[in-house]
Amino acid sequence: MSHERRGLEFWILTVFFVLFVLFLYGPLSAILILSFQGPSGGLTFPLNGVSLHWFYDLTQQQAVGDFGGSFRRSLMLGIGVMLVTVVVSLLAGLAFRRKFLGATPLFYLAVASLVVPSIIVSLGIGVMFQQIGIPPAWYSSAFGAHLTWTLPFGVLIMFAVFNRFSPSYEEAARDLGASSWQTFLHVLLPMIAPSLVGVGLFGFTLSYDEFARSLMTSGTYNTLPLEIYGMTTNVTTPVLYALGTVTTAFSFLVIAATLGIILWLGRKRAQG
Amino acid sequence: MMTIAVEQAAAARRPRTRRAGIASLAAYLQAAPLALILGAFLLAPLIVIATVSFWDYDFARLYPDFILMNYQDTLGSWVTWKTYLNTLKFAAIVWAVTLFLGFWVAYFLAFHIRTTTMQMVLFLVCTVPFLTSNIIRMISWIPVLGRNGLVNSTLIDMGLIPAPIEWLLYSDFAVVLAMTHLYTLFMVTPIFNTLMRIDRSLIEAARDAGATSFQTLTNVILPLAKPGIAIGTIFVVTLVMADFITVQVMSGGQSASVALMMRNQMSLLQYPAAAANAVILLALVLVMVAGILRIVDIRKEL
Repeated sequence: MSHERRGLEFWILTVFFVLFVLFLYGPLSAILILSFQGPSGGLTFPLNGVSLHWFYDLTQQQAVGDFGGSFRRSLMLGIGVMLVTVVVSLLAGLAFRRKFLGATPLFYLAVASLVVPSIIVSLGIGVMFQQIGIPPAWYSSAFGAHLTWTLPFGVLIMFAVFNRFSPSYEEAARDLGASSWQTFLHVLLPMIAPSLVGVGLFGFTLSYDEFARSLMTSGTYNTLPLEIYGMTTNVTTPVLYALGTVTTAFSFLVIAATLGIILWLGRKRAQG
Repeated sequence: MMTIAVEQAAAARRPRTRRAGIASLAAYLQAAPLALILGAFLLAPLIVIATVSFWDYDFARLYPDFILMNYQDTLGSWVTWKTYLNTLKFAAIVWAVTLFLGFWVAYFLAFHIRTTTMQMVLFLVCTVPFLTSNIIRMISWIPVLGRNGLVNSTLIDMGLIPAPIEWLLYSDFAVVLAMTHLYTLFMVTPIFNTLMRIDRSLIEAARDAGATSFQTLTNVILPLAKPGIAIGTIFVVTLVMADFITVQVMSGGQSASVALMMRNQMSLLQYPAAAANAVILLALVLVMVAGILRIVDIRKEL
């Protein structure tokens, strides 16, 4: 090892970084531990025994709301938003590689979509649906509201991807006689597939966790974040923490699956 | 950045004018879904809000009209001004804290971790919590900060304080802490991204020329990190300005923000009043973003 000796700066920053990570994960682990409270336990430490009581409680009929239904709705909404985000971002990314009239305004519209406060989007879509006379629902108005948050991220990621993508690969394919569709399917798509999976992960988790944009737009039936929000104001038992543990575990599962897919795609490409 | 991409693409295509007609039609078709979705769910709702902000209303209905009452009520009220000031206060404090944390975390990852794999692993470690529910992460502070929470019981057990500290939870402190917890990643990512693109030979040149690491930091790294800091600032400031749930939950209803004021008006079905507030808030946010963009050109960064 020819590395130079680590200086004082390195060690100070290492401690700083470790403290930062503790700050990020510490409270979450408190929730995780407390969700295993015994049946007589409360919202704070110490643990009164260890049990799965509150997880069992979660599967029962709640005093407020409907956890199973809201989870299903959020899941379907997230998957739908993910699919649309991936397809539309990819198409937009391809479009922006060429010159077209209105490219600059469309780019600024996408950036504005990130900057406009979410509660304003929520209010606007809610009032718009009311005025048109269509009742807001999680699969229509909330779907659109979530897309205004996920699409700009998707489009910006695709920009970054295509900026680093050399067009010579496509030229080579074309010179070998591939049609534009073949070039897209066999050359471009495999190369950018990991980024598309990343865009999908972003789309899904942003939608799955979105609260403010669902507020005025999800209509009669709650999505999961709205349900959790309702619970924070009404529920005073560790069942709230059990819900937190379950949804966090689910998010981690999704992240792990996504990383797995990205690694798998990378290995497949290396072999191919 | 977009113009560069477009020019590159155009340059790459120049010998192939045969396909130019079809290609430009394809570009419009490819851009159409994005334009349609943003038009329907961003532009149209914003126009609706601007319109409704001039409407009249009672407890049950909205009446199309052109009155300035909603704006007069909003801007003429001392409470509104206090709420806006309070929101700006949160934005300033959270911005300063996340910038400090975000810069040093990004700096550590970019310049002190030597292998790319390790950089990515540590970066992911920072990222993962940000992909779980905001509200869950917020309520996870309750058992830590509460009256009988971890911090208070530890301090009492150690004999450092005689009674629980009351201002840990349900206070402005709790709001700032939770926002820092929620939004720091939006500062870390763009700064890390910019730092990673600094040519390492510039750092070596500075060192060879006799600069201390502090001088390198202030004269080389910081100026080059400005675009990343600007993007992070835009994210954090707009997120804090739009936040109502953190303010509501973590202050225990004792503090206010513009978005929370809007939220309350919305739950009372006072949509035109909320719309007037939305127009003012949006104008304020856009002015701040425009100001940041005047200082640094972030389009080069993508």
